[in-house]
Amino acid sequence: MSMSMSGTGASAPRVGDELPPLTVPITRTLIVAGAVASRDFQDVHHDAELAREKGSPDIFMNILTTNGLVGRYISDHFGPDAVLRRVSIRLGAPNHPGDTMTLTGTVVEAEGDTAVVRVVGANGLGHHVTGTVSVGLPGEAPE
Amino acid sequence: MRAGAEGEAVTEDELYPLLKAYEGRSATAPGIGKDPVNEPMIRHWCEAMGDRNPAYEGPDAIAPPTMLQAWTMGGLSGHTGRTGAHDKLFALLDGAGFAAVVATDCEQEYLRPLRPGQRIDFDSVIETVSPRKRTKLGAGYFITTRMEVRADGELAGTHCFRILKYAPAARSKTRPRRPRPVVNRDNAGFWAGVAEHRLLFQRCASCGKSRFPWLPGCGGCGSAEWDAVEAGGAGTVYSYVVIHHPRFPAFSGPGADGSDGGSMPATGRDGAGPDGTGPDTAGADRASADGASADRTSADGAGSGEAGAGGVVAGGARPYAVALVELAEGVRMVSNVIGVPYDRVRIGMPVRLEFTRADEELVLPVFRALRPGAG
Repeated sequence: MSMSMSGTGASAPRVGDELPPLTVPITRTLIVAGAVASRDFQDVHHDAELAREKGSPDIFMNILTTNGLVGRYISDHFGPDAVLRRVSIRLGAPNHPGDTMTLTGTVVEAEGDTAVVRVVGANGLGHHVTGTVSVGLPGEAPE
Repeated sequence: MRAGAEGEAVTEDELYPLLKAYEGRSATAPGIGKDPVNEPMIRHWCEAMGDRNPAYEGPDAIAPPTMLQAWTMGGLSGHTGRTGAHDKLFALLDGAGFAAVVATDCEQEYLRPLRPGQRIDFDSVIETVSPRKRTKLGAGYFITTRMEVRADGELAGTHCFRILKYAPAARSKTRPRRPRPVVNRDNAGFWAGVAEHRLLFQRCASCGKSRFPWLPGCGGCGSAEWDAVEAGGAGTVYSYVVIHHPRFPAFSGPGADGSDGGSMPATGRDGAGPDGTGPDTAGADRASADGASADRTSADGAGSGEAGAGGVVAGGARPYAVALVELAEGVRMVSNVIGVPYDRVRIGMPVRLEFTRADEELVLPVFRALRPGAG
C-alpha cells in the first residue's frame, strides 16, 4: 500500500495493513502546550515540583493530548477527507519529558467505507496508549 | 477480590454501597461550553499536536474531532454548573482516603463535525462505580462517566471517561535506604559507639590531639596510639549546605528534613518515627498515571484531595541541610541538622547530639537545633 502521509494516494485499506510509525519526541513543551490547548490546568501536566509531590518523577502528558495525537496519527495517514468516527484509548505508562513515543497502527477491520485501526503508542516505559480508531473513508465507497 | 481478604472487607462493604448509589446520577447539571467552537482554539490545538490536516483550516474548517472534550473543560476558573452528586461522591472517596485520581480510559464517538461558531452544551452521568480494585497505584474505585456533547442543541458526540480514585499505595517498602556505612578496622570503634548511642572521637595518646573522622594514625605527630573519647553532645554549626537537587529520597527521611522524624535523644530509646516515603520510587510503576486531567468535575477544589494524597509522599522530596558541626571538644563532623527547617539552618547555630534510626538496621548521629527557627 502507499505510504503517503497525505493519504491522498492511499489505496483501500486491508486488514493487516500496517501504518507507517509516527515518532513523537515527548518534550516538556509538547506536554505543556497540549495541556493548555486542551484547557487542562492540572498541575501535574505543567509543574514538575508539584508533580513530584504527588508521586510522579516529572510532569506527564494528559489524556486529551494523547487522544489528539492518536487522532492526528490516523488522519495524517488517511488524509483530510477521512472522518474520525470513534477513538477509544486506554492509558498505560506515562509520557514524561525526554521520552519518545512511537505510534504504530494496524488495520484490524476494513469494510465498505470504514476502517478500524488498532493503535499502540510505545515509550521507554512500555505502552503509553493502546486503543482503536474507527475512521470513515468517503473515497472508499463500497465496491 | 483480594482486597477483602485483609481486614478491609468491612470498610469496603460499608463504602461500596454508598458509592454505588451514585450510579445513574447526573454528574453535571447541563453544562455550557465556555467558548463556542472557534478558530483560535482549533489552531492552538493543531499547533500543539503538530496536526497540519487542512480540514482544520480555512472557511470550511471543522474542529479536530478529538478536541471534543476540550470544548467542555472548565479551564482555570472551573465549572459552576455541577450537581451535588459528583461532589458528594468525590468527597465520600476523599474522606475514605481514596483521594488521588488518574484518568485511565477515554472513548469518544463523533456523530457530526464541530464547526466554528457553534455553541456547546453537555451533560454527564455517573455510569458505573466499580467495586474496590487493587492496582499498582493503590486500591481504588474506577468511576465511569458518560457525557453527551451537543453543538447548537444537536448531539455531536459522546464521551466516556474512566478514572481511578485511589489511595496511593504506601511506598515505604520501596523507598531507597540510605547507603550503608563502610565499616572497617579503622573506624569500627566509631560505629560500635553509635550503636550504643555514644559519639566517639579519637585522641592521640602521644600528643593529645583530637581527631575525627577516625584514622589509624595521628595527623600531628604520626603516632598510631590513640584513645576513644565520648563527645558530650554539644556543638555548633560550623558550615552547611542545602541539597535541593538532585533529590535523594533516601536522605530525605526522618532526621534529614527538619522534621522530628524518628530521632531520639541520645539517652532515649527506639521508636522509629513516621517515615517519609520516596516519590521517585514511583517511577515506572506509575502506569496509568494521567492525573485526572480532563474531568474538570474532579479538578476544581479537588486539588485538596490530590494534595492530601501527595502529602504522604512529599517527605522524600524535600530539600535537606547537611551541616559541618563543630563539637565542643573541637572536632568537626558532617551530619544532618534536625528540628529546624532546612532553610533556617545557620552558621553558629547551637546544636545538640541525638541519634536517629534511619531504618531497622542503621542508627546515625544527628544534631538538633537548640533554638528552632533561630535566624
